[in-house]
Amino acid sequence: MKYIDRYRDRDLTDRLAGQIRKAAAGSYTFMEVCGGHTAAIRRFGIHSLLPEGVKLISGPGCPVCVTGKGFIDLLYVYAGMNDVIIALFGDLMRIPGSGGRSLEKARAEGADIRIVFSSLDALGTARSNVGKKVIFAGIGFETTAPPNVYSVLQAQALDLQNFSILVSQVRVPPAMEAVLSSPRSRVQAFLAAGHVNAVMGYWEYLPVAEKYRVPIVVTGFEPLDLTQGILWAVRQLEQGTHEVQNAYSRVVTKEGNIKAQQAIQKVFMECDRNWRGIGMIPMSGWRLRPEFARFDAEQRFQVGDIQTHESEICIAGLILQGIKKPFDCPAFGTLCTPQTPLGATMVSSEGTCAAYYNFKRNPPVKG
Amino acid sequence: MCLSIPVRIVEIEGDTARVSAGGTIFTAGMQLVQDARPGDYVLLHAGFVIQKISDEEASEILSLLGEIEDSDKKE
Repeated sequence: MKYIDRYRDRDLTDRLAGQIRKAAAGSYTFMEVCGGHTAAIRRFGIHSLLPEGVKLISGPGCPVCVTGKGFIDLLYVYAGMNDVIIALFGDLMRIPGSGGRSLEKARAEGADIRIVFSSLDALGTARSNVGKKVIFAGIGFETTAPPNVYSVLQAQALDLQNFSILVSQVRVPPAMEAVLSSPRSRVQAFLAAGHVNAVMGYWEYLPVAEKYRVPIVVTGFEPLDLTQGILWAVRQLEQGTHEVQNAYSRVVTKEGNIKAQQAIQKVFMECDRNWRGIGMIPMSGWRLRPEFARFDAEQRFQVGDIQTHESEICIAGLILQGIKKPFDCPAFGTLCTPQTPLGATMVSSEGTCAAYYNFKRNPPVKG
Repeated sequence: MCLSIPVRIVEIEGDTARVSAGGTIFTAGMQLVQDARPGDYVLLHAGFVIQKISDEEASEILSLLGEIEDSDKKE
């Protein structure tokens, strides 16, 4: 397939990895911000091509992993209400809430929960179920924000009375700053999430690179993209520079998709957001602007305080900040597996623990 | 959920397009991009086309090769 096959060329990947081994004189720790990167790195065995001194750690870029436990608990309560249909992305189903709650459990208890592939499907569900109230779980990073805001604009245009959205949108740059500000941070360079940058461009990253003197390389998701991104980051660290470089130019421009950014600005405003396992990060989220309050599930359905509890064993929060690796967790692969997840990072296909678990037996890609 | 894939636009009808991912056809919202045409390669995310892919596959690969060969020559 065009834009896939040639970027998986083994010989070229291996030669680029050879360049990394040649370029890296020192020892470096990089963070791949995006869960999609973590999954691709483990799937293609990219980590096994790197020299001893170059360490990759996973970042907080898995949307269902960082969505607050309270969000799952709230959806669970909504799901139990009369005449409500919950529309959500499939990987939210098995994310553990508090006290054994999950959306999968809600469905087993008789709740009407529909898995959708797009916010358009959620709108379609609302239009074909006029007597029911459809609540769409609007989560994600900047990549998913435009599709999610579009559902609100379309609901407004159609004057849909029975559609609302529970928003828990998050943004990458404040999370990168939170990681860099932590006294425990080991991160010396970032591979930025190419598909977030496809929407947002990389103009927001220039002040971050400057302030923290950290190289940031916008990186794609195929083996050639990943090895190129790592090579450029290594070269910057060797040369002592801290620039924002774009190693994914077939998709990413500095300014990004302006039309999509305008749609986001029209519907969302910045807000503080609680990240699961990490805590509150100032201005790291988006929520609906007041003029769209009638589509805001939190405004429409008041349910009072919900107590949330985290597992005492799970270290997902430390893993999402790059402080610990899945192998450091005593429950990894024993008490906690994709079938019996203690934390969200073991559920989603972009979750760090799931990626380490699912691809742990994969042989490395060698030419 | 947070996965974007490169697809080719087969045909556009109003605000939606039929797109092909290696022969599998999906319906995609076109509201978030401008100037995309049938035959163009685009990025599909959560049911929407979110960005065009510029037609520089060949030149990207060539420049990578150049980068490797230049570095090899310096040895």
